[in-house]
Amino acid sequence: MWYHRPVVNEELLQSLPNLKIVASSGVGIDHLDLNLLSSYGVKVSNTPFVVSTDTADLGMALMLASSRRLVEGYQMAVSPDTEYFPADWLGAEVSGTTLGIVGMGTIGYKVAERAKAFEMKILYHNRNRRNQEEESAVGAIYCKKIDDLLQQSDFVLLSVNLTPQTHKLIGKRELELMKPTATLINTSRGLVVDQDALVEALQNKVIKAAALDVTYPEPLPRDHPLLKLKNVIITPHIGSATKKTRRLMMENMMESIQAGLTGLPIPNEVL
Amino acid sequence: MGKKVQAIYLWWHKPVIDPELLQSLPNLKVIANSGVGMDHLDLKLVASFGVKMANAPCAVSSSTADAGMALLLASARRLVEGYHVAISSGSEYCEADLLGDEVTGVALGIIGMGSIGCKIALGAKAFEMTILYHNRTWRKEQEEQAVGATCCEKMDNLLQQADFVTAVVSLTLHTHKLIGKREMELMKPTATLINFSRGAVVDRGALVTALQIGIIRAAALDVTFPEPRPRDHMLLKLKNVIITPQLGTKTDKATYVVTEEAVENIRAALNDLPVPSEVLPS
Repeated sequence: MWYHRPVVNEELLQSLPNLKIVASSGVGIDHLDLNLLSSYGVKVSNTPFVVSTDTADLGMALMLASSRRLVEGYQMAVSPDTEYFPADWLGAEVSGTTLGIVGMGTIGYKVAERAKAFEMKILYHNRNRRNQEEESAVGAIYCKKIDDLLQQSDFVLLSVNLTPQTHKLIGKRELELMKPTATLINTSRGLVVDQDALVEALQNKVIKAAALDVTYPEPLPRDHPLLKLKNVIITPHIGSATKKTRRLMMENMMESIQAGLTGLPIPNEVL
Repeated sequence: MGKKVQAIYLWWHKPVIDPELLQSLPNLKVIANSGVGMDHLDLKLVASFGVKMANAPCAVSSSTADAGMALLLASARRLVEGYHVAISSGSEYCEADLLGDEVTGVALGIIGMGSIGCKIALGAKAFEMTILYHNRTWRKEQEEQAVGATCCEKMDNLLQQADFVTAVVSLTLHTHKLIGKREMELMKPTATLINFSRGAVVDRGALVTALQIGIIRAAALDVTFPEPRPRDHMLLKLKNVIITPQLGTKTDKATYVVTEEAVENIRAALNDLPVPSEVLPS
């Protein structure tokens, strides 16, 4: 299963009586009804760890591109209408600012490792606190309440999985708690953010900017306001889109499928 | 009016310092530049009028290094292309087509290991990159170890091994067209060239050819020569090129610190004290 296709529903499962396993690419499994699949005796696998590094790299890429206005700058540099580069066109530094990571799993932690080199202060919010060694290795400070993280961060990066608890985790209230100079970066799932509230927040300068690798739906309708806002960078869900990682994902999926078909324990099984 | 002027703060290379200007300002003591590069100044000419010169070396290193990593990441992950796909008015797009290259664990070659180069190395280390560098002088062992960098005495060795080649040198007679046809042919066909020096450090024509026929994979250029480029230049049209308008120094913080440094230099010169970042004609 790539890019959440085919859609796995009752109809499909009934038409495939001998289906043994669904191997899904990537780590997110929010597009699958696990109970339904289990009721048909079909096993499920994903590719959890192999995507982490590339997704963390993309999170950093989005954060840097947003703060330095890279996309806008590119358009200015190549536009036929540009006669000079205005002296007051400026971006913002990342060094010395505060990064708030919501979801300190494998991906979130890798982001912290990278951000540390840019001399960023790192706050994090997670279901469970990381141990002291892990925290000191990246200099991350735990925020038990997400509100504290939101109020202090210059960049808020979301790296949670989509569950009923994280659905619309960032809504109007959360956006209003953020600094008006803050940027929201999302490499999780579009539904973790209340998208309409985000549009309003960006239009009314409640927050400064957003950089999104994920939206809901994907792709967005072509007339969606998010596509027109100057302070938004959107990329088409390329978190794990490198040649090497896609190959590794495929290898993982093949391994899981082979195990599933031969009745052996399945690597990366999702229960 | 001309007789009152004792100091000039050069902003984006203006005003142009020529014999005419220098003659009209008999009491000029110092010219302070808003940046580190001094290639736009005739150092010997200015010195011959008894005027001191200063640059601002510290202010720009952090912001330029960050911008360097920003461009490297954007190029590798095809961020700009991805953005255009995501917002395009075309009805469908195929995600599977837009694959980039990994950044973590690759080999980064830094040509010019000054303060900017060193900061880039620090950022790259967090991405577990192998760091090679080539410089006029060897860096001290502890500096090398701090960033895990290996010195390549011959630039050719660096060019052959690096996945990303970053040029961060000042423009001098020796570095003019430092990266030309020969150097690009030594690079891997999967490599990316990132230029954070002056545009003239790279042979423009050779770069266009190299990108068109796949001698190197991509390029990211933060400075172009002239700035801005003539609008119809080939480089503006290539898909595997990101060009940015001198992002390296364009931040609030850098602008502020650069001015602070210049003021310090000017104050010192006007009080006949040693000028902190004085630049002498070589």
